[in-house]
Amino acid sequence: MSTPLPPEHPDWLWRDPDPKSSYDAIVVGGGGHGLATAYYLAKNHGITNIAVLEKGWLAGGNMARNTTIIRSNYLWDESSAIYEFALKLWEDLPAELDYDFHFSQRGVLNLAHTLQDVRDSTRRVNANKLNGVDAEWLEPNEVAKVCPIVNVSPDVRYPVLGATFQPRAGIAKHDHVAWALARACDQLGVDLIQNCEVTGFVKDRDRVVAVETTRGRINAGVVGLAAAGHSSVLAEMAGFRLPVQSHPLQALVSELYEPVHPTVVMSNHVHVYVSQAHKGELVMGAGVDSYNGYGQRGSFHVIEHQMAAALELFPIFGRAHLLRTWGGIVDVSPDASPIISATPVENLYVNGGWGTGGFKATPAAGWAMAHTMATGEPHELNRPFALERFATGALINEHGAAAVAH
Amino acid sequence: MLLLTCPWCGPRDETEYHYGGQAHVPYPEDPDALSDEEWAENLFFRDNPAGPFAERWSHTAGCRRWFNVVRDTATYDVLEVYTGAAPAATQPGVAR
Ligand SMILES: Cc1cc2nc3c(=O)[nH]c(=O)nc-3n(C[C@H](O)[C@H](O)[C@H](O)COP(=O)(O)OP(=O)(O)OC[C@H]3O[C@@H](n4cnc5c(N)ncnc54)[C@H](O)[C@@H]3O)c2cc1C
Ligand SMILES: [Zn+2]
Repeated sequence: MSTPLPPEHPDWLWRDPDPKSSYDAIVVGGGGHGLATAYYLAKNHGITNIAVLEKGWLAGGNMARNTTIIRSNYLWDESSAIYEFALKLWEDLPAELDYDFHFSQRGVLNLAHTLQDVRDSTRRVNANKLNGVDAEWLEPNEVAKVCPIVNVSPDVRYPVLGATFQPRAGIAKHDHVAWALARACDQLGVDLIQNCEVTGFVKDRDRVVAVETTRGRINAGVVGLAAAGHSSVLAEMAGFRLPVQSHPLQALVSELYEPVHPTVVMSNHVHVYVSQAHKGELVMGAGVDSYNGYGQRGSFHVIEHQMAAALELFPIFGRAHLLRTWGGIVDVSPDASPIISATPVENLYVNGGWGTGGFKATPAAGWAMAHTMATGEPHELNRPFALERFATGALINEHGAAAVAH
Repeated sequence: MLLLTCPWCGPRDETEYHYGGQAHVPYPEDPDALSDEEWAENLFFRDNPAGPFAERWSHTAGCRRWFNVVRDTATYDVLEVYTGAAPAATQPGVAR
């Protein structure tokens, strides 16, 4: 398994403009979702007088911190539809954006360790097949064929009883994805404005007409929020609440090693997921810290727990050295499904609630959000993901159902 | 790792506790009278400030009792620990 190094990138892939006084559309948040929203507003809807406002530097939030797992093997029809749409876009984007961001379809194994896991997993495989998503159930010996370093011995605390496998799933280089989208946005005329924090919304009765920022007031025809962990903070500024809670989510990498891990392995039961990045570091993540937090850091016992789980599954990692841990802030919704929706404020739309798993959806979230902002109507993909579902009860409960971690 | 002071047992590591989310969310006085929107608020909508936040913790590996903490969710500083419904009087402006 030898992969060429990612391409060297030039010093500047986009301009660094000052904000204009007015835009047709403003996207708040310059992570993957904000960039994808701007890209599809310009490309699919011909709206190019757009600014993406980012309080820090471009893609320095969760976009720079995630473990890059891309898959579409979710349980419910609504989720399958949007994540599979995203996966198909991922398959075309490197060519479309003319940027090799190392999308590597090396497959993902979601391990089952209990009888209930086995039942849920086979059910999910069947649901996936009905929705045209590639999925198979593998017995332990077949798991070992796909990933020889997983310990499938029955003599461990939580033996591997099998796994679901999605061959088209994989990983990509997150920074390069952001740069590819940023360059494409810039070429389409989008202003990517960094160090520009949105601090308030100006309303004419119930309609948003401008945003207040650390670089002055900017008028806007339509405003879309793509602020991930800070979604609630922005909603509060605009005068409404979102059903999300912000939690720290941590991940870590080891030192660089020879390629030993050919796929992506996730285990909800022992709570770890592992892949090996192109350069050779083992990339691992687990679940959120339990408490609400905006500190971009979590507690060490969460890392300890996740390392214990990793060692049980991969005894070969026993001597691996941890290089670096970090945290992001994820906005978790009650049903572990996103919110792409109109809000109580006219002309203000929100994309959030992606929690621990929104990287994989980046292009589809941008596609659906752009449609919603441009037309004022939801796209078929995000219609079920509106805020109304919390009142109607039509939740799309992917907690557990879709092996939801990432 | 947070260090939280149980009102009954004293300072203990976070791993001894279970998190309970926002404090002082009342059960509706007249549940039958609530609209679907009001039920949605009650069930699914919680404050989520970046700053002081009144939240519940349970000392599950100790005395198993619940108590309240005002913690800054941006700095993780613990500002106040108290029991029962008593308001955190020293923290005006904290959303409850
Ligand atoms: C450790 C970790 C691992 C993860 N692993 C995976 C994974 O394997 N697979 C997967 O699918 N997902 C994963 N995720 C989730 C994924 O990263 C997020 O769902 C996704 O990145 C969120 O969208 P985004 O890229 O737009 O967010 P961000 O990159 O966080 O973008 C939001 C931006 O908004 C900006 N902002 C906030 N407030 C303001 C303001 N007031 N004004 C202006 N700008 C503002 C922020 O600075 C930030 O840059 C992981 C997340 C973390 C933290
Ligand atoms: Zn106690």
